[in-house]
Amino acid sequence: MKYQLEISNITKSYGDLKANDDVSLSIKSSSIHALLGENGAGKSTLVKIIYGSLMPDAGQMKWAGEKYSPKSPFEARENGIAMVFQHFSLFESLTVEENIILGLDKVGLNENFTDEILKYSKQYGLDVNPQQVVGDLSVGERQRVEIIRCLIQNPKLLIMDEPTSVLTPQEVSDLFVTLKKLADDGCAILYISHKLEEVREICSEATILRGGKLVQSCIPQEHTQKELAEMMIGKKLTELARSNINIGSDIFSIKNLSRKSDDMYGVHLHDISLTMKQGSIVGIAGVAGNGQDELMELLIGEKSSEDNVLTFDGEDIGSLNSHERRQLSMFFVPEERLGHGAVPDMTLDENMLLSRPESEGMTSNGVIDWKAVSSFSEQVISDFDVQTPSSRMLAKSLSGGNLQKFMVGRELIRKPKLVIVAQPTWGVDAGSANNIHQSLISLADQGSAVLIISQDLDEILSLCEQIHVLSEGSLSDAVDMKKDGLEKISQLMVGGQKS
Amino acid sequence: MIKLIPRAENSKAMIILSPIIALTLTALSALVIFLFILEDIPVSSVFFTLFAEPLLDSYYFSELLVKATPLMIIGLGLSIGFRAGIWNIGAEGQFVMGGIAGGAVGLYFYNVEGFWLLPLMAIAGILGGMLYASIAAFLRIKYQVNEILVTLMLTYVAVLFLQAMLQGPLRNPSGFNFPESRMFHDSAMLPIIWESTRLHIGLIVAILLSFLAWFGIKKHMFGMQIKISGSAPRAAKFAGFDDNKTVWYSLLISGGLAGLAGLFEASGPAGQLTPGLPQFYGFTAIIVAFLARLHPVGILFSALLIALSYVGGENVQIDYNLPSSITQIFQGMLLFYFLACDILIKYKVVLFKKNN
Repeated sequence: MKYQLEISNITKSYGDLKANDDVSLSIKSSSIHALLGENGAGKSTLVKIIYGSLMPDAGQMKWAGEKYSPKSPFEARENGIAMVFQHFSLFESLTVEENIILGLDKVGLNENFTDEILKYSKQYGLDVNPQQVVGDLSVGERQRVEIIRCLIQNPKLLIMDEPTSVLTPQEVSDLFVTLKKLADDGCAILYISHKLEEVREICSEATILRGGKLVQSCIPQEHTQKELAEMMIGKKLTELARSNINIGSDIFSIKNLSRKSDDMYGVHLHDISLTMKQGSIVGIAGVAGNGQDELMELLIGEKSSEDNVLTFDGEDIGSLNSHERRQLSMFFVPEERLGHGAVPDMTLDENMLLSRPESEGMTSNGVIDWKAVSSFSEQVISDFDVQTPSSRMLAKSLSGGNLQKFMVGRELIRKPKLVIVAQPTWGVDAGSANNIHQSLISLADQGSAVLIISQDLDEILSLCEQIHVLSEGSLSDAVDMKKDGLEKISQLMVGGQKS
Repeated sequence: MIKLIPRAENSKAMIILSPIIALTLTALSALVIFLFILEDIPVSSVFFTLFAEPLLDSYYFSELLVKATPLMIIGLGLSIGFRAGIWNIGAEGQFVMGGIAGGAVGLYFYNVEGFWLLPLMAIAGILGGMLYASIAAFLRIKYQVNEILVTLMLTYVAVLFLQAMLQGPLRNPSGFNFPESRMFHDSAMLPIIWESTRLHIGLIVAILLSFLAWFGIKKHMFGMQIKISGSAPRAAKFAGFDDNKTVWYSLLISGGLAGLAGLFEASGPAGQLTPGLPQFYGFTAIIVAFLARLHPVGILFSALLIALSYVGGENVQIDYNLPSSITQIFQGMLLFYFLACDILIKYKVVLFKKNN
């Protein structure tokens, strides 16, 4: 058996924390190898070591049988390792071709690459126009540009970090065709993901990390999705199911909401209407940048709306700000954790005060009762299993998953009549995501309405009984899942006609 | 190699140690500078005059308190705006406008006795500073004009306006055409709280204000609003705070307090309006606010420290003929080392060997 890359006993510590502890794995050429693990499991550290941007404390690597210890990403690329990052590094104002040339190490700007780009584009089904400006491309198209940029360097190993997190189902299956073809042509692929169904679909081997240590290397098809997830988090997952669906009367409605965006690159919202009932979980699916941020701003009350557009519990709330809306028992979890839902440089206690129903006694006439505040945040920390030494830690010192649990907990602990959450599990590990989903479900079971705006289609499908799609600022009617199903959603997500 | 690694929690030890390290470094740097420029004079006696004499001699100590008072009052106001990310750089101008407004009231009631006159002058001083700062608030909210530029430029306007007033309506009618106002009469002068010095009641007001500010910042949602708006504007909206109000509060409070300090200066140590009213307190108070890390009680102490450098600097100038810029060198070094050492609160230093 020929291995393209062999990693043996790699250890890397940051202070007292062992980010990688005696990790070994081997990647065969022509194979797609999955690297699985929760946030903080040590995936990024391992990848950075392979890509030459970090040096291991101990252990060694072999590249095609030869000793390999890259001192920089430049050296890694010279050896034939390429990487597509989760966050693209493209210049929006430049064309596809200019971006690709800029990414290459030893090329002058005036060389002509059009033919080369078109060659790869055709060979691997990566449809792009080299002369188009990147700012006009969809996320899926941008990813193709990144992939072509890697392929032009003839890599022997392509590392892909969470490649499908922003793609529509159609784009995902296109990507898989490309990856399979690449592997058939001899390129090894290291595929980092937490989406287990995908891993089972295209990866021939999987290495699972947990807490910096190697848990197991296995063949993903021999295990169920649930087994893989449990290996990743090291404990049993709760099965998500609603115990009590009791749909009540209307609680919240949006009527013909239209709004021109103030931002040059913003999305205008057209004629959005939606009605929610008590006890229901409603999902708004859609690819990022189709009006989610603009809609969320209006729902939270960061911008006010015209009269009789937003109605909550029989009251017109269009002109109320977020604090006033919370007094009526509407609560919110925005997508952006640091800087929007939480202030990074403030403690959890202080962050507790961002959302403060006046009935709770945390403040009276503006005077803060810090004891009461702490007892509330301690309660959130214990009820929602937030891993932190105390409520006096700075928000930015928590991992993404823990901060998200804190933010969701802060809103749910009030048993809101309506909670609106955007991307509740974005960048959150599987264990925490499972907790968050479970808490949203039990809130709805108790008769509250839950609105979820998410790009993660699996999340929407597994939680929501009423699904809409937001595309280019328009909201579809509820999709009839029994009749039309996933195909309809996919079509709506890429901007199909409003049904 | 040295590397800075973020700490999970702010270091409590460093919060206390960092000012001490900064002071030590300032003193060491001063030593080096003196070794270069002093020829026949022993460094130790210059150090004594500079740092110890103002604290040991009662007259110099009272002067130190006199100079610290406006720095405290202005610094308190500025620190509130700085927390909110509203950079009022023009406290000097608001100081002058407060002095003119409050002083004009005192001159209007010239020789009218009454306990009500000083409070009235104080209110006029506050309003003068507030109105002047509100120009920047209005322009920022209405037209997104940067408040740093507006407040700074208006400082020069204020100084010229003072000169114009002193050559026109406020000039002493029997003052031989000197550009100065009349001396204030007794009812318009601040009570002295330390006999036979210039130390006035403003110091007590400053201390009271600092505790009021401490309460507002630590115990009231007002402080949270200011802090959140400053460090995460989107989170402020999420919390339901109106960002325009934050701009108004910040500029009105800092302008009003600068105006009050201006009036205190006019009806305290100066006793009249003169072109010499502005003495850079408005700018120096920026250093005071940052040295205290914007902490309202800390500002009392940082104001004393900076006042020490003023008084000590004047003394070495008189006693040893050293240049007056010594004071500014000190203040500059002090701020520089303070800001540098404060990094250690949030980061720890790790030494490691470079491995090749």
